[in-house]
Amino acid sequence: MILNQLPLLSLLVWAPILGGIWVLMAGDRQQQTVRYLSLIISLIVFALSVLLYLGFDSNVAGMQYVEYTSWIAAFNINYHMGIDGISLPLILLTTFTTVLVILAGWEVIERRLSMYMASFLIMEGLMIGVFSALDAVLFYVFWEAMLIPMFLIIGIWGGPRRVYATIKFFLYTFFGSVFMLVSFLYLYSQAGTFAIHEFYELSLPMDVQKLIFIAFLLAFAVKIPMWPVHTWLPDAHVEAPTGGSVILAAIMLKMGGYGFLRFSLPITPDASMALDGFMIALSLIAVVYIGFVAMVQQDMKKLIAYSSIAHMGFVTLGFFVIYMIAMRSDSLDGMVMAMGGGMIQMISHGFISGALFLCVGVMYDRMHSRQISEYGGVANTMPQFAAFMMLFAMANAGLPGTSGFVGEFMVILASFQASFWIAFLAATTMILGAAYTLWMYKRVIFGEVANDNVARLADISHREKLILVLVAIPVLVFGLWPQPLFEIMNPTLEQLLTLAMRSKTGGG
Amino acid sequence: MGVDALNLLLPEIVLLTLACVTLLGDIFSTDPHHRTGYWLAQASLLITAVLLAAGYSTDVQYAMSGMFVSDPMSAVLKLVICIIGLFAFFYSREYLGRHQILKGEYFVLGLFAILGMLVLVSANSLLTVYLGLELLSLSLYAMVALHRDSKTASEAAIKYFVLGAIASGMLLYGISILYGVTGSLELGEVAAAIEASEYSTLAVFGLVFVLIGVAFKLGAVPFHMWLPDVYEGAPTSVTLFIGSAPKLAAFAMAIRLFVDGLGPLLTDWQQMLMILSVLSMAAGNVIAISQSNIKRMLAYSTIAHVGFLLLGIVAGTAGGYAGSMFYVITYALMSMGAFAMIIILERRGMEADRLQDFSGLATRNPWLAFLMLILMFSMAGVPPFLGFWAKWFVLREVIQAGFIWIALLAVVFAIIGAFYYLRIVKLMYFDEPLDESEPECSISLRAVISINGLALLLLGLSPGMLMSLCVAAFAV
Repeated sequence: MILNQLPLLSLLVWAPILGGIWVLMAGDRQQQTVRYLSLIISLIVFALSVLLYLGFDSNVAGMQYVEYTSWIAAFNINYHMGIDGISLPLILLTTFTTVLVILAGWEVIERRLSMYMASFLIMEGLMIGVFSALDAVLFYVFWEAMLIPMFLIIGIWGGPRRVYATIKFFLYTFFGSVFMLVSFLYLYSQAGTFAIHEFYELSLPMDVQKLIFIAFLLAFAVKIPMWPVHTWLPDAHVEAPTGGSVILAAIMLKMGGYGFLRFSLPITPDASMALDGFMIALSLIAVVYIGFVAMVQQDMKKLIAYSSIAHMGFVTLGFFVIYMIAMRSDSLDGMVMAMGGGMIQMISHGFISGALFLCVGVMYDRMHSRQISEYGGVANTMPQFAAFMMLFAMANAGLPGTSGFVGEFMVILASFQASFWIAFLAATTMILGAAYTLWMYKRVIFGEVANDNVARLADISHREKLILVLVAIPVLVFGLWPQPLFEIMNPTLEQLLTLAMRSKTGGG
Repeated sequence: MGVDALNLLLPEIVLLTLACVTLLGDIFSTDPHHRTGYWLAQASLLITAVLLAAGYSTDVQYAMSGMFVSDPMSAVLKLVICIIGLFAFFYSREYLGRHQILKGEYFVLGLFAILGMLVLVSANSLLTVYLGLELLSLSLYAMVALHRDSKTASEAAIKYFVLGAIASGMLLYGISILYGVTGSLELGEVAAAIEASEYSTLAVFGLVFVLIGVAFKLGAVPFHMWLPDVYEGAPTSVTLFIGSAPKLAAFAMAIRLFVDGLGPLLTDWQQMLMILSVLSMAAGNVIAISQSNIKRMLAYSTIAHVGFLLLGIVAGTAGGYAGSMFYVITYALMSMGAFAMIIILERRGMEADRLQDFSGLATRNPWLAFLMLILMFSMAGVPPFLGFWAKWFVLREVIQAGFIWIALLAVVFAIIGAFYYLRIVKLMYFDEPLDESEPECSISLRAVISINGLALLLLGLSPGMLMSLCVAAFAV
């Protein structure tokens, strides 16, 4: 098939990066050209990712579309890319979200437009690179390089405290990642290669595994983010422009989860098993405590940011509860369900949180305020918008029929096989999530028209409607029919489970 | 001394001759712009560079009864020194002209300094080390004092000279002790003599003084005091010169003395260098944060980088030395670019050496801002720029040698260091410009800084070749 001949992954990584440079060169004189050029590039990339999906064989657990070229021969570093069932959905999420972000910045961004669009396109390429790199150094290069465009996006187009927020964002994530780099280098000194799959086969004593696990944890926990290293996220989200918040919430956070699946569980399975209680505790703190924190927020973006942390708690819970399930019931289905639930939660959270940030962006563009108290009765002036936001708020609260329900329900159901109390605490999110999301919705959208500013609001434009419709589709589709996602993921997850369940301490 | 030896020494001999020709040519020219001197100096460097490139060989060859060595390391370092010299002279010319200190001596002194570096890089005897070092240092002292009517420059020159003379004295004292212990000046024989005899406290005593001399030249804490003052006080083009090529020579000096000459004392100098390295990274990165003058900030950042590159030598393996070499080459490229940017951003004869001078550069001149962004992220060690690979390489070797805790310390200091580089990016991209004036600099200067900046990006995307060269330098 001709599809297999094309280096699709390389195209997906480099087309947006080169396209971004092209957009940057086009400059700010012809803004309309820049907008259409960026949109066309992002659509082409999205089309390429659809090709990727169409050519993907969901019966195979291993890597597909593998590309392998020597990069730095002196140290056996290779340009080694490939995708499996856990990277494919994330790549699709990335390409889809980038289209939305470009549409969302259409008229809103006037200052340094070409740079704005170029930053997002370049970042798209780098993020796809993160999800498809199979060489640890290549992965690290993509992982870190991504910080540069994000640093600029928050710092240039952000809110009043953008400088503080963006430097905090950069230093926090940089701090986490350098320890990951040290562990990669240590693993290299043991394995003699940077191929991630060779790391899987490496026998490591328990104390070494624990140290590596902690180093990975620092990198991924900051990114996800987990309590207590989450504090950069509310700042970054609040100050970032809408597009930046969407990319942060929809994709960047997922990289932490992806990292756990790609690195922590298979490379340090014994440490993961030994420290699973710790991970579950952190996840539950995120779900319960951060849920309460979200409830008292006055700022809409901050509220959604905290709700993201709480939702990502489900992801880590799903990934690490498998060891307890294995101990209690040894049911393979339960374990696959927990991990699959975590994965679905990542994808669905990508759509829902992105959608909510877009909604806040719609209101912010009109009112230039994110304070809940300045709104009220928006439904009277923006009825169509209110309907869309209702859908996304319900999805965020985990209403059945939306994608938000599927992941959470699966993780809770699987957790029952581990322990009643874990499931009980996790299930409080159904109440907490509903409470903070719907309470915010009520205060902002319902009630009497709060002030003159709200009274003057105009309902969403065609462009905004298009964006919201686009993002509503996956929220509903995956809520009602998540089967395609399972089909893609399950073979990979099952293989991952065997990797995560074996012991690597012996024999060396 | 046969014909072979002459061949081996050819680049140095040619450079010496051409430096003298440049001196004479400039004296007899009446051109106020010193075109003759400038072009002769550039031609000399170019010819030397071509000779060096043509003579590249992976063999180790000795000349002058073992006082001079040519090996893959010296070949690569010498070539890089000449290339950096070409760039540095180019950047200097416009700056010197603007400040009315364009004198022919600048280029002649520069050529002699480079000759000193070449000798130092190829030194295989304690005496050659000293000769090369003094030729280099004396030229640099004079260059710092070039702006003789400026108080800060004169102060910097005196400070540099006094402290440099003390360091040279220390080095010479160490050399004399080593000569007394081993009865030889040739590095290979020194090593053999120390190896053959039992552990000698006196040799370690000599090592301490030699190490102080090297640490001073590199600018490692606690022998760094001269560095910020000299960097700030010297004319920026001289700072650019001091901050780039001589670091390569100082690195070579460290390798020659510690590895070639005092290899048997590895465990001793390893510990000493480890302390210097950690102190340098800590002090350099922390103090840099509080600087408001960018030249001083870059001076402290230099100290931090020196700490990092010493780590590779601390590893004590061929790979570690290669990593350090890669680091020092990368560092020279970055430092040169950063100082060149200060020269370029100068407006109306005012030095752009305050941090505020960078504010709003992205709106005033997006391209220069982008190049500075590359330089800063590269210095901070963020991929995909070359600076990342330098840190990566050294860290890899340090971990390979089993010093994981040192590697962890190094990355923690690297995070602290990232802050002040980010601040420059913040000033350029997030802040409003103080005024709208465009930097006044020639197109050619812009073109060269573009090459310099983009080299960091392109080499960062494919660092393999440079890495192989460095690995080959120590694969004996």
